[in-house]
Amino acid sequence: MEVAEGLTRILRAQGDGRGDLIAILQEVQAEFGYLPKEAMLGVAKFLQIPESLVYSVATFYNQFRITPLGRRPIKVCMGTACHLSGGELVLEAVQRELDVDLGGLTSDGEFSLDRVACIGCCAIAPAMVIGDAVYPKMTPWKVVEVLTTIKSEIQEANKGD
Amino acid sequence: MTFEQIKSRAVSQWKSLYHGEVPNILIGTATCGRAAGALAVVEAFREELRRQNAEANITQVGCMGLCYAEPLVVIIKPDSFRVCYGKVTPEVVSRLVEGYILGDDPCLELALGAVEGGDGEAVYIPELLRFERERRLLLRHCGYVNPEDINHYIASGGYAGLVKALRMPQGEVIEEVKRSGLRGRGGAGFPTGEKWQVCRNALVEPKYVICNADEGDPGAFMDRVILESDPHEVLEGMLIGGYALGASQGYIYIRAEYPLAIERLGIALKQAEELGFLGDNILGSGFNFHIRLALGAGAFVSGEETALMQAIEGKRSVPRPRPPYPAEAGLWDKPTVINNVKTLAYIPLIINCGADWFSAMGTERSKGTAVFALAGKLVNTGLAEVPMGTTLRELIFDIGGGVPEGKALKAVQIGGPSGGCLPESLLDTPVDFDSLIEVGVMMGSGGMIVMDEDNCMVDTARFFLDFIQKESCGKCTLCRLGTKQMLDILEGIAAGKGRIEDIDLLFELAEDIKMGSLCNLGKTAPNPVLTTIRYFRDEYEAHIREKRCPALVCKELTAYYILPEKCDRACEHCILACSPKAITSNEKGIKVIDQSKCTKCGTCLEMCPSEYSAVIKLSPISLLPPSEASSPKEAGG
Ligand SMILES: Cc1cc2nc3c(=O)[nH]c(=O)nc-3n(C[C@H](O)[C@H](O)[C@H](O)COP(=O)(O)O)c2cc1C
Ligand code: FES
Repeated sequence: MEVAEGLTRILRAQGDGRGDLIAILQEVQAEFGYLPKEAMLGVAKFLQIPESLVYSVATFYNQFRITPLGRRPIKVCMGTACHLSGGELVLEAVQRELDVDLGGLTSDGEFSLDRVACIGCCAIAPAMVIGDAVYPKMTPWKVVEVLTTIKSEIQEANKGD
Repeated sequence: MTFEQIKSRAVSQWKSLYHGEVPNILIGTATCGRAAGALAVVEAFREELRRQNAEANITQVGCMGLCYAEPLVVIIKPDSFRVCYGKVTPEVVSRLVEGYILGDDPCLELALGAVEGGDGEAVYIPELLRFERERRLLLRHCGYVNPEDINHYIASGGYAGLVKALRMPQGEVIEEVKRSGLRGRGGAGFPTGEKWQVCRNALVEPKYVICNADEGDPGAFMDRVILESDPHEVLEGMLIGGYALGASQGYIYIRAEYPLAIERLGIALKQAEELGFLGDNILGSGFNFHIRLALGAGAFVSGEETALMQAIEGKRSVPRPRPPYPAEAGLWDKPTVINNVKTLAYIPLIINCGADWFSAMGTERSKGTAVFALAGKLVNTGLAEVPMGTTLRELIFDIGGGVPEGKALKAVQIGGPSGGCLPESLLDTPVDFDSLIEVGVMMGSGGMIVMDEDNCMVDTARFFLDFIQKESCGKCTLCRLGTKQMLDILEGIAAGKGRIEDIDLLFELAEDIKMGSLCNLGKTAPNPVLTTIRYFRDEYEAHIREKRCPALVCKELTAYYILPEKCDRACEHCILACSPKAITSNEKGIKVIDQSKCTKCGTCLEMCPSEYSAVIKLSPISLLPPSEASSPKEAGG
């Protein structure tokens, strides 16, 4: 099973102290894009701590997801600067354009949508991140343009397969 | 190798790059530069140098603080001016290479100005007024040195503070920090030397030093820029702290949302270790110090010191009561000094240049400089470092360039979620810890956000409270539920369902939340609400009494309307762009919005060509002509 394999590899490289829990969960998320249930159970066993403790830490911090991430994760900044220059409209535009809820995943697994509180690019607000790329000074219409371009790229790529 | 040998090697490397035969092209590739396309500019320079057969070095540097003009490029040419270019695109690169790298034309029409400031000094562009106001200590190398090369830092004076400290008795280092008057830059302004003294006096071993790089204020990015642009100054500060306190282990707690800062810190740690500034028996002094990175997993409350230590211990970051203070019992219950990124970055300078030099800057009770992240409705967004005591007006107008498009400044928000909003009439307030508290806000982390007439104060207060409410760890009932009650009331007001008594109720709740919360997250949570009511009460009253949002922001109280006399019959931009298909053309070719379908996304306003400017916003909704006013859709969902 894939999760079990990845987890074994991660755990081998990690300390097994109680203090390593967050670092381990971060590694798990980096590997799978989210925290699969199976992996959380495995981590609890590895650290010899109650499963509920792993779950409570996993759900306390905003960084952790317990649902899968899209192949192109979208994060819309909802920090102060971005809010003041229309971040809300940008977020709504993404939701409308992709028909996806906040924290959700599109049906083709391509995009997931989250909000973040400031990515430190306030000077170019409102900002949106797709994958690793930061898109500056977004507007609802620019969202449509950006997403249309990406969607057609995906279509092209799929055709090639 | 001795420090002198390391330094002389670094200096000669630096000289050949910055004063050599070959031009040196500095390109800012911090996060803000990258977002503006700096990596494409790097690529374009490589390409053009090859194509035109020109010889030059490319040095990737951090952020100069002029985020509005990114991507930034500085060209250093032997025996000629150092010129700084703003908003560089790959298209102009061939011209820069041909003009200034190969030829003698500095392409001044593309330039922001000529750069001055020699090695180890702050960068300075005399053409820009902001540099007259600024005094760059922490930012002195930012955008000038390569943060991924420790030799650049050493050549510009780096690690000399550590070397000096290692020759001083530990108590004297602390004495120097005390005498400098340095106060913590993490928000509360606690005197750093005193904190260190308490930790040093503690009898328990081992001791820890933590650098707080959580920077959770959603509108602040100073710490990120410093870590991305000059990480060694923070490491050197931690090392000196570790030596003075008798600690041998340090942690940097940094938010995972800052991948580039994490990467550059990792490189910096490795290089410092290789040269013997970090590890065992540092520079032969017998002092051992190790630093580990701990990645924050995204929770605002993690920035609170006691919560942060819980996070490093792998737990949920929930604050605990103080005392005992971390300096007595902190990480793993051991004496721990926790300082902000900027606080630590001042330390090498204070040791190197002396407490008197530092305390000569600033005001009576706030010494040194303040670093602000200027964002919001400003012409020149970015970072600024000014002496304490500079007024808000100087920061906003002389450095920030004022509000764009000739709009009026309405408010300035300082200190993030625990700070507040000040009106234009208080712009002559000097920025220092105490003056800001007097007018009801806080220095906080240093985020400063300017708002203009298009920003609604009720909405701003709602925004911060919503943030706090989501980020409350839930331990204290009043913080968890009290903020929720306040939020509900504000949402009611923003939706036109407020009652005038609500304002008093907000005051009452605010007092209770302040009293009933353990940490400063709760204690300061009401500040944005209190300051907006205090200084902008008329806006609250307009929402409540007239169902009107003066800034045309609150969706439930505003409507979009197309002015028939301005609408061009032949143009269909708005119709094509409207995704809910709420706009139709009437028999005369004039576009009309079906209010029951409108989701108030604002795309029609954005798309309407500026020569027509036919789309406007109205508030209250009752201003709509009767023909359109039929059942506006309840927005929000
Ligand atoms: C909710 C909350 C969030 C905080 N976030 C930060 C932060 O992101 N960075 C920081 O340096 N200090 C933060 N602080 C302040 C820290 O608790 C602590 O006072 C600071 O790190 C001490 O460093 P200093 O003495 O150098 O200011 C926060 C405090 C609170 C109550
Ligand atoms: S508020 Fe969006 S990047 Fe800072």
